[in-house]
Amino acid sequence: MSSQRGQLWILVDYSLCTGCRLCEIACSLKHEGAVWPAASRITVYEYYPGVAVPHYCVQCPDYPCVAACPTKALRVDQATGAVLVDPSLCTLCAKCVEACPGRVPRIVGGKPHVLICDLCGGDPACARECARAGYNALRVVRRPANTAVKHYARPPDLVAEEIGGSRAVWGWER
Amino acid sequence: MIRAYGIWGRLLVVDLASGRVSAESVHPVVYRMFVGGRGLAAYLLWRELGRRWREVDPLGPENMLLILTGPLTGYYPGIKLVVSGKSPQSNGVVGSAVSSHVAYAIKAAGYDGIVVRGASRDPVYLYVKDDAVEIRDAGRLWGLRGLELIGALRKEVGGDPPSLYIGPAGENLVRTAAVMARWFHAAGYGGYGAVMGSKRLKAVVVDGTGPLPPVADRDEFLKLRHEVIDKVASRTTFRMWGTTSGIWSVGHDTSSEPVRNWQEEWHDRDEFSHVVIQRRHWVKNPWADWGCPLACMKVSRAVVDGNAYVTDGPDYEMGAYLGSDLGLFEVDKVIALTSLADDLGLCGIQTGNVLGFAVELYDRGVLSREDVGYELAWGDFGSLKRLLEDVAYRRGIGSFLAEGTYRAALEIARRKGLPAEEVLRYAVQVKGVGVGAHGIRSRRDYPQPIAYAASVQGGDHTSVAGLPVDSEESEIWPAFLDSAVVCMFTSVEEATMLRFLNAVTGWSVTREELYRTVGPRILALQRVLLLLGGPDARWDPRVHDDNPPRFYEPLPTGPYAGSAVTREEVSRGLADYYKQLGWDELGVPTEETLKRLGLHDVVEIVRGIRRELGTG
Ligand code: SF4
Ligand code: SF4
Repeated sequence: MSSQRGQLWILVDYSLCTGCRLCEIACSLKHEGAVWPAASRITVYEYYPGVAVPHYCVQCPDYPCVAACPTKALRVDQATGAVLVDPSLCTLCAKCVEACPGRVPRIVGGKPHVLICDLCGGDPACARECARAGYNALRVVRRPANTAVKHYARPPDLVAEEIGGSRAVWGWER
Repeated sequence: MIRAYGIWGRLLVVDLASGRVSAESVHPVVYRMFVGGRGLAAYLLWRELGRRWREVDPLGPENMLLILTGPLTGYYPGIKLVVSGKSPQSNGVVGSAVSSHVAYAIKAAGYDGIVVRGASRDPVYLYVKDDAVEIRDAGRLWGLRGLELIGALRKEVGGDPPSLYIGPAGENLVRTAAVMARWFHAAGYGGYGAVMGSKRLKAVVVDGTGPLPPVADRDEFLKLRHEVIDKVASRTTFRMWGTTSGIWSVGHDTSSEPVRNWQEEWHDRDEFSHVVIQRRHWVKNPWADWGCPLACMKVSRAVVDGNAYVTDGPDYEMGAYLGSDLGLFEVDKVIALTSLADDLGLCGIQTGNVLGFAVELYDRGVLSREDVGYELAWGDFGSLKRLLEDVAYRRGIGSFLAEGTYRAALEIARRKGLPAEEVLRYAVQVKGVGVGAHGIRSRRDYPQPIAYAASVQGGDHTSVAGLPVDSEESEIWPAFLDSAVVCMFTSVEEATMLRFLNAVTGWSVTREELYRTVGPRILALQRVLLLLGGPDARWDPRVHDDNPPRFYEPLPTGPYAGSAVTREEVSRGLADYYKQLGWDELGVPTEETLKRLGLHDVVEIVRGIRRELGTG
């Protein structure tokens, strides 16, 4: 599947992320109507001080999660490129979580289906809030037409290692 | 049944002696009266321990460790948590605020706070995953410093859940030990690290996965939330430098920064500034706590003698107390001491205060090389580092410096056969609490002459008293912020704060009610418990509602040389402040005031206090 016109993508600049989690709060307020960080579709991990890793769905070109879902609960929104979850079909089997290179889809108590970023239908609340606070770590860009986006879907602890949490930089281990 | 918003009305109660875990309801009316956080702490401590307060050993199993949120926690931008209990520093109640992600996690787990009673026989840590609460063995964790501990805890519980913890200092019941969070954050005032250590509680890990409680007026809340975010995000100089810029400006511009145990409050050492730290040491700027649009923090890194040290800032207080107050003006070494204090679980303010005190006594020949075991000198990194560790492990002279400046002064006087005043004149503390790094002598900084003398939290620079009482100058304001439990740096003007509170809770607290009833109620209760004190130290308002003697000595250097506060203005200020709060001339809340505030059950014990003072 190649990049479609109008499809968007959230680009993260890890060096700008403050670890504030305003994105998580904005996401949960938008989707759940409550401050509910665990149900946010974006999660920020911080394994080393100051090395914050926002973690969310990056819309892999091959959508392994969609392919892995045995009940067809996941589909791709052609307009935005987001993965949409059909709550009535999702059985919480977690096959998508296993298929995802970053284990991004979330399962949280109180929600009967997996949670995956839906790009807010084209205007992501997380990126808006991040900009509102003047941090600009999340920026909405046109979706890149290559597989490099999967690089961003890796588990957050690996990302943290790579972007500067390593012993060489800090002089000590976490 | 009154519908509650913004709170659950439910506390998690953990008894470490019996291993019993339960949930306790707190009536919404209690929140309406005491708000939450610090106010709720005063209420709970009075209710549980008030009648035998004097006998309760802060480091005994009877004391309670309170970890509380407030109605605004998690909703208002920024994050704070209040740690409290009977303070091993003041023997009263200190609401010790700390930025900690544990705050929202507690609410997401379905509680407003955690109450820890009793003491465990063996080291334990508390693991809360929503309704599942476990008291787990911490045998392998005991003795670990902060950094190693966080790593070990992660392996134990998996993932990245927020935690509170103590370092070796808390384990060793050091009265200047803090309850730590997120590597570098400390609930320092009050000495609750030692309370946690006395319970053999190494850490509290909270993984809350639920939503926060519903708010009363969602539209108003969302609107105000963005209003506050916009306001706070525009505080650009604070975002750029946090409080670190004070390392330069509070000394150089306002002459209110401790230098060599407050012998001076001015410096013009331009190598000791935020700009140098920014250029050489910040590896992350800005850095934020949960939900914070301000991001006053920065991560700094320094290599000293081949060792790498990482800390936050150092923020102003750390820079002042682990820097200039110790005569140390080399920022890399200040970063190293700050990082070390974090790792050992020491409050940098209280420990810096007692270290500066010790160096001055050494300088003056009161303490000898024999007493200390090595030489002490202003700005000498090697010996200061050693002394810091000796305090954390209670080694040698550290064993009684670990009691904090006030108690150490009495002990040194006793050992040396000196009158207590001879040593106390160098102790810059009020009611057992070392004074924060904002002096009053130059009159160019925010604290007023009665700031510390009248505070119900002693030397706590985040809870200063001031006039007029019905304004943000008085201690009512910090008491309110610590009870709603929000960060003072993200707070905005009172009208918006109250609207926010009312939108979340559905209350209709007015400015009048805040300054006439809610605030005075919290302060009155804290004041009564402070005056009860015990079992070791007790406070007589005629003696202890006062500044450290040093604040009456004129400033020797800087543009405000010669400036000091006078005893007359302090006693005038105290009289005025007490009167406006409805306290008698010695600062004891009157019966009429207590009744007006709904504190009827405190009347009897206050009669006793007045009888002892010979005023009742
Ligand atoms: S809102 Fe922006 S700066 Fe804050 S945690 Fe999210 S991505 Fe990072
Ligand atoms: S990041 Fe994960 S959830 Fe998103 S498209 Fe790729 S596999 Fe699916």
